[in-house]
Amino acid sequence: MAMLDVQGLSKSFRGLRAVSDVTFAVPEKGIVALIGPNGAGKTTCFNLIAGALAPDAGSVRLAGADITGRRADKVCDAGIGRTFQLVKPFQDLTVLENVTVGALHKHDGVAAAKRDAARILEMLELGDKRHMHAANLTLPDRKRLEVARALATQPKLLLLDEVMAGLRPTETDRIVAVLQRLRAETGITILLIEHVMRAVMALSDHVIVLHHGEKISEGTPEKVTKDPAVLECYLGEGAV
Amino acid sequence: MNDLTPFGRAALLAFAALLLAVPWIASGYVLSVSIICLYLAYMGQAWNLMLGFAGLLSIGHALFVGLGAYTSGYLFTKLGVPPAVGVVAAVAVAMAMGSIIGYLGFRFAIGGVYFALLTIAFSEFVRILLDHAKFLGGTEGMFLPVSQESRRGVDLVNLRGSTEMYYYVILALAAGAFLMCRALLNGRVGYYWRAIRDNPEAAEAVGVDIFRFRMYAVLLSSGMAGVAGVFYAFYYNNLFPEQVLGIERSIEVTLAPIVGGVGTLFGPIFGAFILTPMGELLTEAVEGFKQSGLIAKNVKTDGVKLMFWGLAVALIVLLKPKGLWPWVCERLRLVKPPGQRG
Amino acid sequence: MDTVTIINALVSGLLTGLVYGLSALGLSVIFGVIRIVNFAHGELMVLGMFMALLLFRWFGLDPLMAVPIGAAVLFAIGYALQHFVVRRVSYLPDHMQFLLLAGIAIMLVSGCLVIFGPDAQGVQLDYALDSFAIGNLIIDKVRLYAAIAAVAVASALLAFFKYSSTGRAIRACADNYLGAKVVGLNVDRLYALTFGIGAACIGAAGCIILLLVQVHPYLAPAYTLLAFVVVIVGGMGSLFGALLGGMLIGVSEELASVVLQPSMKTAFSFALLIVVLLLRPQGLLGRVAR
Repeated sequence: MAMLDVQGLSKSFRGLRAVSDVTFAVPEKGIVALIGPNGAGKTTCFNLIAGALAPDAGSVRLAGADITGRRADKVCDAGIGRTFQLVKPFQDLTVLENVTVGALHKHDGVAAAKRDAARILEMLELGDKRHMHAANLTLPDRKRLEVARALATQPKLLLLDEVMAGLRPTETDRIVAVLQRLRAETGITILLIEHVMRAVMALSDHVIVLHHGEKISEGTPEKVTKDPAVLECYLGEGAV
Repeated sequence: MNDLTPFGRAALLAFAALLLAVPWIASGYVLSVSIICLYLAYMGQAWNLMLGFAGLLSIGHALFVGLGAYTSGYLFTKLGVPPAVGVVAAVAVAMAMGSIIGYLGFRFAIGGVYFALLTIAFSEFVRILLDHAKFLGGTEGMFLPVSQESRRGVDLVNLRGSTEMYYYVILALAAGAFLMCRALLNGRVGYYWRAIRDNPEAAEAVGVDIFRFRMYAVLLSSGMAGVAGVFYAFYYNNLFPEQVLGIERSIEVTLAPIVGGVGTLFGPIFGAFILTPMGELLTEAVEGFKQSGLIAKNVKTDGVKLMFWGLAVALIVLLKPKGLWPWVCERLRLVKPPGQRG
Repeated sequence: MDTVTIINALVSGLLTGLVYGLSALGLSVIFGVIRIVNFAHGELMVLGMFMALLLFRWFGLDPLMAVPIGAAVLFAIGYALQHFVVRRVSYLPDHMQFLLLAGIAIMLVSGCLVIFGPDAQGVQLDYALDSFAIGNLIIDKVRLYAAIAAVAVASALLAFFKYSSTGRAIRACADNYLGAKVVGLNVDRLYALTFGIGAACIGAAGCIILLLVQVHPYLAPAYTLLAFVVVIVGGMGSLFGALLGGMLIGVSEELASVVLQPSMKTAFSFALLIVVLLLRPQGLLGRVAR
């Protein structure tokens, strides 16, 4: 059974089809990348899965349980953690407090949640900055904070929305290493939206390509990058 | 306490000792001003719980105070129920009102300043209803019976006694509110409130039921205001809708936390102890000027005080939007920097 | 209750509503462009009323003739308010800006209280009790004149936004702040102008409404909330909507006072505000909701 099973997912805004009949699955412990040009409907897809938006049609199942159209906090309860492409830190809280809010999802006591949050911050190399206010972080650090906060809820499935955008290649490699280690240690499943192909190639076992809200290709990273349809959507018609 | 520097700890203890000693060292006038300070500190704490902790702006807290006051006053005058029992009903009524406003506001997604408008609208609506409620005295007012001998001694069940008793009652309430808010802020609910305040969408994504936690904030805050209403009713012994529920009353309770620091624990207390004495001094000065003929006799002293309050709020928002208390803390090194805390 | 009473109430409400609409136009313009909720709205209006009152007392000037003066003074106040105060808090969250304007509102209303006292005061015009009769329909002269003046000022405003280059520049700011900055518009100045224009509308409405009601400081909060009702009904930022909303509220208020006791009329307005807030979460509320 797949960890995440998306069937015929559709969403329109004012008649414009942002996501159109998208079907895919993410196997347990898998790392799957969702790629596509700007405006392909990737983030909308995330919002539909994570409950920030309700789909017009289709279904979302997490480990067999139907979570279609549930509110975001219920989706989190079901076991999905997510990051936001446009980062949404709790500005007036410190880095540690930000992650503690996430950790409280599985911990009853604040002290235990704080310890867990501190551990996750160390893992994401934010330990030194734990007493800084989130508002004062640099953008790459805020992206890492997003990951830390989502991880702190101990999700079965992690949705990462462009967490490597704006990072230097060495920083990208470090995050890739962190995510790989995480999967090895905890068996977490990851679905990520990413433009940084270096990360996509290194991390994912499977790639799904969206274009104009529709799935146009999927397969191993090697296979997808050679698919003429994919090249065409990125480079325009006639490029192949 | 753990976050305080040794000097900060000493200052806090000195302040607490001073508060306990006020009835022994101060005159009747200073005592009654102190009661107003503590009352505003208590109400400021209740209001701040909503805006400062959970990000919900209310300009209708006089409504909850008024409901608490009228409920306990009615039960006492008409049915002989003592306030020690009546307070339960007072809190229940205030919370019921709070839950109506909260439910409508959050279910219909009335955000930001429009939530504030909703609280104003409810408050004013109920005020006019009370004007017409003959069984509660209407515009003629409701009067709680009080006798000369009941102004001596201590009767906590009937909330009757000397000014000193009222002082200690409101001191206990203010201290209790402070300690409760401190415990809440450092607990799970406090983390969730602040998360919702800073970013509701992100809070929801980490599993926070924002509707539920916002309701908690409104219920707690309105309940606290209901208790204040009982104190108000039995301290002043007369209730007029205009005076208890007027919009100026709702604005009045916002002043101390704004000046002290929205979202801080000690800000409402600090603000109340700065603003109230200054308002009183100003009132005295204006009265003095009137006597000596420097300003016209027909000038409304109250108006001058209100002008000062408005100016204080405007200046604070312009110059120190985080309030005076964080600034004082930093200047006097009352609190350890975050890195050195336990 | 007969039809004549109701029709009279309808007409009278419609005419009063046009003045409400003009006042609400001021709120709408300021919100639509600067995106700030002017909580000192009613206070500015009361300021306009007192100004007209003084001009009447000192020079015997008809409040309608005082409109240009009231509008000019309020324009200056509004301009200064935006330029020296409101502009400096644009980085703060909405509720802090709201509280700043609440502070200013308290200063204004208590200033009026100090100077003018709490009692209601009005102007005595020689045509105050005159009316036109069309069949059974009776129209107060003052009400008709007030409505005509309100429509005249509102039309001037609409023309300004439609035809003048400054008006068009302001609309550009409202549509696209960044774009306006990029093409080199002086956004700060345009914002100050906008606040000034909005305040001028409010001042004009204040002068006009003195024909119909007596002024006292505590009118201010009620007028603030009334303007919110009008604007939320009409759609915030929409200029025609404000006038339309004004008429609607004027009529329903007048009808309510026929049906209910007069003292319950204000309760009706607040109930209306609650209903309107609940039922119109889009438009005005769209931006801030969640």
